[in-house]
Amino acid sequence: MIEFVLERANYWAIIGLMMVGLYITFAARNMIKRLVGLSLFQTSVFLFYVTLAVVAGGTAPILYGKDYPKKDYASEDIKIEEKSEGVNNGEKKPKYEVKEVYSNPLPHVLILTAIVVGVATLAAGLAIIVRLREEYGTIETDEVRLLDEETAKAESDAYVQESQA
Amino acid sequence: MISWIASFASVWLQTHAPALIVAIPLLAAPLCVLIANGRAAWIISIAVTAICTFFAIVLLSHVRDLEGVAISYAMGGWKPPIGIEFRIDSLNVFILLLVTVIGFLASIFSWPSVRSEIRHEKISLFYATYLVCFTGLLGVSITGDAFNLFVFLEIGSIATYALVALGVSRDRRALPAAFNYLLMGTIGATFFVIGVGFLYAATGTLNMADIATRLPAIADKTTVQAAFAFITVGLGIKAAMWPLHQWLPNAYSYSPSMVVVFLSATATKVALYALVRFLFTVFSLDFAYEGVGFGWLLMPLGLAAMMVCSFQAIFQTDIRRTLAYSSVAQVGYMILGISIGTVLGLGAGLLHLINHALMKGVLFMSVAGLVLQTQGTYIRDLAGAGRIAPWTMSAFAIGALSLIGVPLTAGFQSKFALLNASLNQGLWWVAALIVISSFLAVIYMGRILETIFFKAPPDDSETRNEAPILILIPIWVLAIANIWYGIDISFLNNLVSRAAEVAFSVESLR
Repeated sequence: MIEFVLERANYWAIIGLMMVGLYITFAARNMIKRLVGLSLFQTSVFLFYVTLAVVAGGTAPILYGKDYPKKDYASEDIKIEEKSEGVNNGEKKPKYEVKEVYSNPLPHVLILTAIVVGVATLAAGLAIIVRLREEYGTIETDEVRLLDEETAKAESDAYVQESQA
Repeated sequence: MISWIASFASVWLQTHAPALIVAIPLLAAPLCVLIANGRAAWIISIAVTAICTFFAIVLLSHVRDLEGVAISYAMGGWKPPIGIEFRIDSLNVFILLLVTVIGFLASIFSWPSVRSEIRHEKISLFYATYLVCFTGLLGVSITGDAFNLFVFLEIGSIATYALVALGVSRDRRALPAAFNYLLMGTIGATFFVIGVGFLYAATGTLNMADIATRLPAIADKTTVQAAFAFITVGLGIKAAMWPLHQWLPNAYSYSPSMVVVFLSATATKVALYALVRFLFTVFSLDFAYEGVGFGWLLMPLGLAAMMVCSFQAIFQTDIRRTLAYSSVAQVGYMILGISIGTVLGLGAGLLHLINHALMKGVLFMSVAGLVLQTQGTYIRDLAGAGRIAPWTMSAFAIGALSLIGVPLTAGFQSKFALLNASLNQGLWWVAALIVISSFLAVIYMGRILETIFFKAPPDDSETRNEAPILILIPIWVLAIANIWYGIDISFLNNLVSRAAEVAFSVESLR
């Protein structure tokens, strides 16, 4: 049991972080804090993707060691050792074969895109808060709600007076 | 007509239409910012949306010629499943057509209303944001890559938050509405991306077609089931599926008129398309409906939206809020059609999707035309508007009748198709609820129509004050479409029945 939990320590950390972020997004009254929670939530997803990319014993996906491209001094070109393209059991073998273990680069690339999306969302959110502060003079959601209720009440009062007149 | 228009495209244009339809609006957006002239930006947005409509028609005719084989466009020459694939089949080509046509009409319509609601130095930025939003929606509809779909979803959404917040010059409540929309929308998109992560962990690929081929072998894994849950909830928030719709009424009530016209007709529809795409083609019917019994969860949600939100619509005093709640109710009809889980049901749901875009387009556009004159959107402000602006308001009446589902309007055709599909499965109580919900629509639209046509104008003035011609033309194009498709639905029926067949044919993606 303990082994089961500890083996997945990274996932537990991510789930914990995700819940904290989501809770702040829902429960905080201050709008900036809500955005902080949202960012925390998004960041935990980035960590989730990075965790997915881990390969046991793997390293950063940059060719090294036995895979390091041999420099061909005759032609001054960097050459990657080329495998003959053989056909084995009807399945095509990849042209290049790596001998060292690397972690999966694709999730890292995806998450770079997602980070950009996260930054854009945060920027849009903060811009809206700045504008909201100019209009309402507060960034507390409950105070904004009170002000909105007052506006709605004033409008309905005006309507009642209008219909009586 | 379609093939005649498509014949103007050269072979090169036809080959590259999938990329151009997304790239052109994306490139035009910074152009609007650089030119920094409102009128020029408006003309650019009309031109770009017209070009995109042309490409959508070209793609439609191409998809028809191919007879069920999907067009696959490898972005940057990287062959799928390694590279990002744009994939067009009957299921998404009609969404492309819907978004581009509505985008085009909304662009024409926008000038008078944008000029009165947006600060003048911001108009070019407004159109730039609008084009980015347009790009995002088209990208979601066209892409065949799950992660790419997330990126386009967020491109469209972030632009939408900015557009909603621009309503501040009319009512400051647009800002909290935009902020809540941002929180909900981002949570939805993040849920979606978690689901895609699980799918990638389970299958090792991001290409939707590739995921679909690998899923049946591992369908009983909890990873796949968790992915399904996250993706449906995420897209459900974006599509305003009841009870995840809380962001919608405020966002629709306080955003600028042009934005609400465009969003109500396209944004939730595109998210709904993405949901259909994942439910039917990526996860397959067997998994979603028999494996995890999702149909039985989806159907009560659709019915609840139809009943609860129609009921809430009755008690609103602001006409745009009434229409917003009615939008959530109409999404309920579409969800209901999807949840029946037959070709007929999905076809009816998709037909209602198109028809709802047509009628909400008319309704929100004529409200926008009215706001230009009266500056108020409370129902009491509309008293006697039928005498002041007869052309605008008779179009509104056509839209309202179509929303209720009166025979000879488009709304009747799709509600009839829904009734037909549910009775075909022996779900007579669902059919009864559809009829009851339509009666609720009679109440809330009838109340507005009564104020418009049978109450005297406030100061008994009989002066005519019609909306500008730029607004009247798109309104009447859509109003006539509502009647036209109410009489002869064969064109749309053809589109959606092909789409439903594609969704149900197992080999469509494999």
